[in-house]
Amino acid sequence: MPSLRQIKRRIRSIENTGKVTKAMEMIAASKMRRAQASVLAGRPYSEKIQEVIAHLAAQPAEQDVVQPLLEQREVRRIQVVQITPDRGLCGGLHSNLNRRVAQFISQQSVPVGIISVGRKGRDFMIRYGQDVKAAFTGLGDRPVVADTSVISRMVVDDYSEGSFDQVFISYMEFVSTTVQQPVVRQLLPIVPAELQATQRVGYIYEPDASTVLESLLPRFVEMEIYHAVLELIASEQSARMVAMRNATESASEMVTDLTLLANKVRQETITSELLDLIAGAAAVR
Amino acid sequence: MATMYLEITTAERRTFADEVDVLVAPGLDGELSILPNHAPLMTALQPGEITIRKDGEETYLAVTGGFLEVMGNQVTILADAAEPSEEIDEERARKAMEQAQALIESRVSDQELGQALAAVQRAATRLRVARRRRSRERPPSQG
Repeated sequence: MPSLRQIKRRIRSIENTGKVTKAMEMIAASKMRRAQASVLAGRPYSEKIQEVIAHLAAQPAEQDVVQPLLEQREVRRIQVVQITPDRGLCGGLHSNLNRRVAQFISQQSVPVGIISVGRKGRDFMIRYGQDVKAAFTGLGDRPVVADTSVISRMVVDDYSEGSFDQVFISYMEFVSTTVQQPVVRQLLPIVPAELQATQRVGYIYEPDASTVLESLLPRFVEMEIYHAVLELIASEQSARMVAMRNATESASEMVTDLTLLANKVRQETITSELLDLIAGAAAVR
Repeated sequence: MATMYLEITTAERRTFADEVDVLVAPGLDGELSILPNHAPLMTALQPGEITIRKDGEETYLAVTGGFLEVMGNQVTILADAAEPSEEIDEERARKAMEQAQALIESRVSDQELGQALAAVQRAATRLRVARRRRSRERPPSQG
């Protein structure tokens, strides 16, 4: 049986931990609200641009213009843009995410190069000896498109040069505060939509196809990556809030249990002291 | 009369989604009007003014570039930024314009000059669209 003083010390220490996790929960909750709002607001654009691009990819190709980003090549090298959080203490989020990507990589028969966004993914990939081409960290909680456009430019350049023949993007899709889903999705070349014959007539491009495509396709990659980062941040903050709430609850549960134990120890001490006193008094008489 | 479904989305939000009769948008090569049952079209937009007509009512928006797709009877505008005329802060637009003009006067680097010119264009579009609204609020003097 531990001494009363030891128990009291543990209670104090757990109470302090509880205060910290409570504070972290509140911070995560406020960041989460903002992150959820921006991911939900950005979804229509992301869905629309995917739809437009998929229409575009399904159109019969113009003979004179070759768009590298639409071109399907034989796959010799794959690139994975892996988006993960910078910080831990968000439950099983990054282990789920890393496991999903690792599983994806192990299924490939060709070499895989990795662009890591976020410290957690970078550390994981380096630890397992994967080929990390580039790592970006410190994007913060409210990135703007300009923050992620370095990443997308790198992806577009690598793909256009032919360093990679297929690009996948992996992130945590935000479903709800308690549910996040790890995804690995093909980014390049663009997956064509299934069109009905009547829709497969070819666009009128204005001013011309190459001008439109040259600005639209990189923009698409840029927006997709940006949106994936937003999804991840919303997932991360949600997961952190839930993890911290659980931690706070366990802390208060432990404090209750320990307080009970402390009281019991105190009672027993008093009882045994009383017994000693009585025995001593009896001996004197 | 036939209508078409128009959707205007920016990275931040869906700005407009409704059935419309006519759409006038600033294409890279000049203004273009889209009527229902238009052929599939894909174009880049330059900063300018979008006019939407529905049941004789006109709505104006300022856009700062983006893309326009017509597919079937559905028109999609992916705008970099789009503001309905009633949301434009005229005062702010005017200030932004003055600032950008001052930057041009001070003969800064080429890159900054480009940005300043773009800013002037954006602000000018905003002001033009905002003025449209004002002139619409007053009863028209003729017609």
